[in-house]
Amino acid sequence: MSWVNAVVQGILLGGLYALVAAGLSLVFGVMRIVNLAHGVLAVLAAFGAYVLGDALGLHPFLALLVVVPVMAAVGYGLQRGLLNRALGGGELAPLLVTFGLAIVLQNALLEAFSADSRRLDVGALGTASIRLGDGLTVGVFPLLAAVVGVLVIAAIGQFLARTATGRAMRATSDDRDAAALMGIDGRHLYGVATAIALGTVAIAGVFLGARSTFDPAAGGVTLIFAFEAVVIGGLGSLWGTLLGGVVLGVAQALGAAVDPAYGVLAGHLVFLVVLATRPRGLLPSAVTA
Amino acid sequence: MTPLLEVDDVDVSYGDVPALTGLTVTVAEGETLAVIGANGGGKSTLLKTVAGVLRPRRGDVRLDGESLAGVPAHRRVGRGIAMSPEGRRLFPSLSVEENLLVGAHSGRPGPWGLAAVYELFPLVAERRARPAANLSGGEQQAVAIGRALMANPRLLLLDEVSLGLAPVVVAQLYAALPRITAQGTTVLVVEQDVHQALAVADRVQCLLEGRTVLEGPAASVDMAALSAAYFGVTST
Amino acid sequence: MTATVERAASAPRVRRGGRGAWVGAGLAVVAVAVLGYLPLLTTRGTQVDLVGLFSLVVLGTMWNLLAGYGGMVSIGQQAYIGVGGYGLVYLASTVGVDPFLAVPVAAVVCALLAWPTSYLAFRLNGGYFAIGTWVIAEVVRLLVTQVDALGAGSGASLTGFAGIDPTYRIAYVYWLSLAIVVVVVGGVYLLMRSRLGLALTAIRDDPTAAGSLGVGVTRAKRVVYVAAAAGCGLAGAMIVANTLRVQPGSIFSVDYSAMMIFIVVIGGIGTIEGPIIGALVFYALQDSLADLGNWYLVVVGLVAIAVTLLAPKGLWGLTRGRVELFPTGHRVGSR
Ligand SMILES: Nc1ncnc2c1ncn2[C@@H]1O[C@H](COP(=O)(O)OP(=O)(O)O)[C@@H](O)[C@H]1O
Ligand SMILES: [Mg+2]
Repeated sequence: MSWVNAVVQGILLGGLYALVAAGLSLVFGVMRIVNLAHGVLAVLAAFGAYVLGDALGLHPFLALLVVVPVMAAVGYGLQRGLLNRALGGGELAPLLVTFGLAIVLQNALLEAFSADSRRLDVGALGTASIRLGDGLTVGVFPLLAAVVGVLVIAAIGQFLARTATGRAMRATSDDRDAAALMGIDGRHLYGVATAIALGTVAIAGVFLGARSTFDPAAGGVTLIFAFEAVVIGGLGSLWGTLLGGVVLGVAQALGAAVDPAYGVLAGHLVFLVVLATRPRGLLPSAVTA
Repeated sequence: MTPLLEVDDVDVSYGDVPALTGLTVTVAEGETLAVIGANGGGKSTLLKTVAGVLRPRRGDVRLDGESLAGVPAHRRVGRGIAMSPEGRRLFPSLSVEENLLVGAHSGRPGPWGLAAVYELFPLVAERRARPAANLSGGEQQAVAIGRALMANPRLLLLDEVSLGLAPVVVAQLYAALPRITAQGTTVLVVEQDVHQALAVADRVQCLLEGRTVLEGPAASVDMAALSAAYFGVTST
Repeated sequence: MTATVERAASAPRVRRGGRGAWVGAGLAVVAVAVLGYLPLLTTRGTQVDLVGLFSLVVLGTMWNLLAGYGGMVSIGQQAYIGVGGYGLVYLASTVGVDPFLAVPVAAVVCALLAWPTSYLAFRLNGGYFAIGTWVIAEVVRLLVTQVDALGAGSGASLTGFAGIDPTYRIAYVYWLSLAIVVVVVGGVYLLMRSRLGLALTAIRDDPTAAGSLGVGVTRAKRVVYVAAAAGCGLAGAMIVANTLRVQPGSIFSVDYSAMMIFIVVIGGIGTIEGPIIGALVFYALQDSLADLGNWYLVVVGLVAIAVTLLAPKGLWGLTRGRVELFPTGHRVGSR
């Protein structure tokens, strides 16, 4: 039964990985850049919730009401102030700038909070569980985290498909110059895309930080897992990313069930196998974003 | 009365290579001007400069007497300049209807909307749900014109409507032009097909190497002088 | 050093270099001679420090080869730094190979590993390639941590130098490192002046056109990737020969990638001189700002961001190409 348990845990974890990845994919889909600071920004959001909990006693869920808009605003500012400039500097510049940003944030967090591991306290919710059968129990919080992950991804999908701004984003992704001729301000739209990406990664960061421990260096693996979810699922497909997250989560959970040291490694190996055998991912998609 | 569009003595270049030199173009409200000329004459450069994609090095572009210097392309749409660019440039991952809706992004009020465009181009209405990438060239051009109309422009810029299309299809597309100008829309059309251009325009202006070599009313143009100007043969 | 290529009397003259190149060659020879003489004058501590600087020069030069010339942003070169370091330890301590021979052999191992790896990594582009290289480095780290013969999580010591007096050992390692710097910098210089360099320049300027003109884009990139892996392996072996210890957490650290990027960006990407200058700057800052702790990396990161956006050619670019000590470009001029 512990195998089934591992699979279920992995699926739930996958929802959260996909949530981190959604913002990464959205930004890549709209402006063709990979934000290498994406993982650290999730960790930054977790620390934001941590500080609010520490100083004001806010429950992490209430802290989300502050952290998400703040991170979205940071995202907009980051895009307008830094990344739009980097976009004009050739192919390498956005990578160099976002990697530099990741190093800056990670080390600033390290100075501010030390290298200690922390965890956001969600109270009784953290320990509550549902018994589904003999030896199979599901934590309420991991379940909630996965559900939130799926809902946010669905919301991004609907936003892109149905709203005028989402449509403008897809048009800009196709042809930025032609979109400008339609009256679309690419710089503003890129700002909105990054705001959404950071708003969603803030949700992901807070849930990840309550699900297990985090420290200032956790941004690296967070970025890597999100990236693996994107590639396993297939670039450019939100639902593919969800599938990729689930595959990664299950691989990690099964690996860890064999030996705790193999969890992360098993995830990486599945990623490499998919890359070798199905380089376009499990659910390749023609549509961007 | 101030003309709607004044392109006043502009120089535009790509890097160090000049594309327009001291060019002046004026279009009165409600008028249709055809800009013709051989390949590389600077016609597309002119339209891109009016649309705000390119910045002149010298000279000024004015709409209704007001300088557009420093107004970026996306803001010019709100002021009433819309363009159907060379090569159509539809958004391939969007459906036909979504392409049209993107054209309305600036939210300018006016006579044009989905229903009016569908009425103008019934074929486009039939293809509304299809991905724009799956259309024939003529259909794509109709969508591109419709998309520009969705902005309810005062000044409509059309670049090479006939490019790569069969003559029948071109005729169908140009048949729609009187219904557009009937709304009071001013049109600046760039066309390689001189006869087509003369048929639809009030006035014609011929560019060669970024300069005006001939201009005049479309109805009374001297064909011999025009073809000499077109090919850069010095006429006496 | 000046190569004047003339096809026909009337053809435009393609010039490389000029007076700067002679000065550059002269400076390089003098610098290497002076550096080579140093062990006879300086303390062991100074030599150990300088080996650290040499490793930065090699790492910066390799990252510049990848990104500046090959257009590939890697944040996973620590994979090869680690394999080079572990390779040296394993060959010298366990197999019993002479450590000075083990260093180049470890680099060859890196190249042999990089070749098949490139087939996986090259399925990704741009930023995704960058993260992909990092995943590969993580996989190598996690695998090494599982191998007891390599000391698993706690690492291993280099015992191959046991019979040598420390004064000589340090001097030999210093000379070996200096030789590696010469080989690596000179190798990149020659590589960029070869046909491959010409192909890479074409690819950097316009990959689509280069591809359609029959320039083997992927092949050229693969050669660069494999060469950079070997170079990073040499650097890793140098680092371990200098410190005598290898530990998976530090030798496979992504901090190496951060360092390499900062060195190249600050010094000047896409030039031979840039990474050398960047390494000198980084080394000087590292020493003088050591008290700042992690703020040090914050500062370096901010500087790198600022340089990327405001002066993308780096410190060396401030000379605006007036000085070119190692000219790799091909300039066409008329007589
Ligand atoms: N993107 C560009 N970069 C450099 N030169 C260009 C570019 N676009 C056009 N040109 C040059 O500018 C001149 C005018 O081009 P264009 O305006 O496209 O002419 P037309 O539309 O009349 O064919 C030509 O000499 C052309 O080669
Ligand atoms: Mg043209």
